[in-house]
Amino acid sequence: MEYICELRNVSKRFHTINNETKAIDDISFKVRKGEIVSIVGPSGSGKSTVLSIIAGLEQPSEGEVIVNTRSIGFMFQKDQLYEWRNVYKNCLLGLEVKNMDNEENKIKVKRMLEKYGLTNFKKHYPSQLSGGMRQRAALVRTLAIEPDLLLLDEPFSALDYQTRLSIGDEVGTILRNEKISTILVTHDIPEAVSISDRVIVFTERPAKIKKEYEIVFDDLSGERTPMKCRNTLTFGKYFREIWRDLDVEKEE
Amino acid sequence: MLKRKNEQAAIISKEHEEYLRSINRERHFIRITQILIFIFGIIFWELAARKDLIDTFLTSSPGAILNLIVKFINDGSLFRHLFISTMETIGGFFAGTLGGLLIAILLWWFRRLALILEPYIVILNSLPKTALAPIIILWVGMGYSGIIATAASISIVVTIMTLYTGFNGVEKDKIILLKTFGANKFQILRKVIIPANIPNILSVIKVNIGLSWIGVIVGEFLVSKAGIGYLILYGSQTFKLDLVMMGVFVLGVIAAIMYFLSSWLEKKIIKY
Repeated sequence: MEYICELRNVSKRFHTINNETKAIDDISFKVRKGEIVSIVGPSGSGKSTVLSIIAGLEQPSEGEVIVNTRSIGFMFQKDQLYEWRNVYKNCLLGLEVKNMDNEENKIKVKRMLEKYGLTNFKKHYPSQLSGGMRQRAALVRTLAIEPDLLLLDEPFSALDYQTRLSIGDEVGTILRNEKISTILVTHDIPEAVSISDRVIVFTERPAKIKKEYEIVFDDLSGERTPMKCRNTLTFGKYFREIWRDLDVEKEE
Repeated sequence: MLKRKNEQAAIISKEHEEYLRSINRERHFIRITQILIFIFGIIFWELAARKDLIDTFLTSSPGAILNLIVKFINDGSLFRHLFISTMETIGGFFAGTLGGLLIAILLWWFRRLALILEPYIVILNSLPKTALAPIIILWVGMGYSGIIATAASISIVVTIMTLYTGFNGVEKDKIILLKTFGANKFQILRKVIIPANIPNILSVIKVNIGLSWIGVIVGEFLVSKAGIGYLILYGSQTFKLDLVMMGVFVLGVIAAIMYFLSSWLEKKIIKY
């Protein structure tokens, strides 16, 4: 089995003048190629820190990170579209930085915009778009550099509930169809279960791995989409188990 | 924009039509009142001067000012003075704005330098810069260069402060996003820091136009032999209030023109 990303005994401490906090403590896990892994845990447990370390934005205090990728795509809670660029220009941002904004890639971006229903909004500025459309544009911007590992940091949590469900469904389906290796950080258990192949549950800070679930839906026929998963019995079973994991944590 | 207006016009309702008309009426009322205030002010001033209700030695009168303007236009000296002052202002404006921009970029780039220089910049900023004008003119020269340097000195510190604060105020995640694409520091400057601060830079430009005029007039008061500031000072020293008022009036016209130019520039650049 080929792994795209591996963490070995990774710990991270943050320093301020007054104190030092351990955000994550001895985390080890692997992500297979094409696998979608979710990390859930209480808020403030170093979930996002793990993503920053994988992306190389932070260095681990201890341990080792092995990443076998050409490029990593990162998506945030807020879409972070640049308000002075129109949708099309926003989507070219990553390619520009990497000096890959050639004709061929530009055509590719235009095709992606069409695929995600943004062609008519190519020349629009972000302030003219709805929350769902903005997040889709952010996805195009992220996928334009053809990342082989996608890091999603609560990418849907700033959206209203309905948009969140439909965008989550859309994105989850895209990731699965295009076999993009993904690590999704969220505190939304249903989102994690419906989208992922595996869910890793973190403890409170300093985060350790509390449990891991391989998510398999045997009671599902046809293509697996997040929305369909939500309607199965297995879904409820996973939800209750993970909920209990997080709940027990609170009582302690 | 125009096209969209037409599209909307096709499906306009009666109520909406009435609403648009009321907005238009309000706008016209305000504009007409503004013009009337100006016209009545001038007429009142002129009448009061003719009926000796006010002392024209101190207040001059619109007619006298107009005559003087015509005279100055005919012998070409108005344009000469105006040209000199405007050029000095433009010079001081560009030196102050571009210099300030450059220094703000350097401070952003070398964070440690910014931290070291912070108290000096803060003190320089709260100091009334016109107090420095005599020193600057002595250092730089008693002519145009001294006046331009005075104008630049007035705007440069506030430019540095405003832009440096703006550069550091750019949302952290917007920068992190670029870093995830592997951007270097220069790319971060060019693709986020500067574009995110375009509205900031434009408002600095607006302020600096006014500040540069202050610098130029102060500089001309101190050393010059030509320019609007020179005319005003000369007029007041020889008790020719017509000349002083003409200078102020011309400055008002120029200020209005520059204000409209910068507003136009703002609309042209910021489309989002």
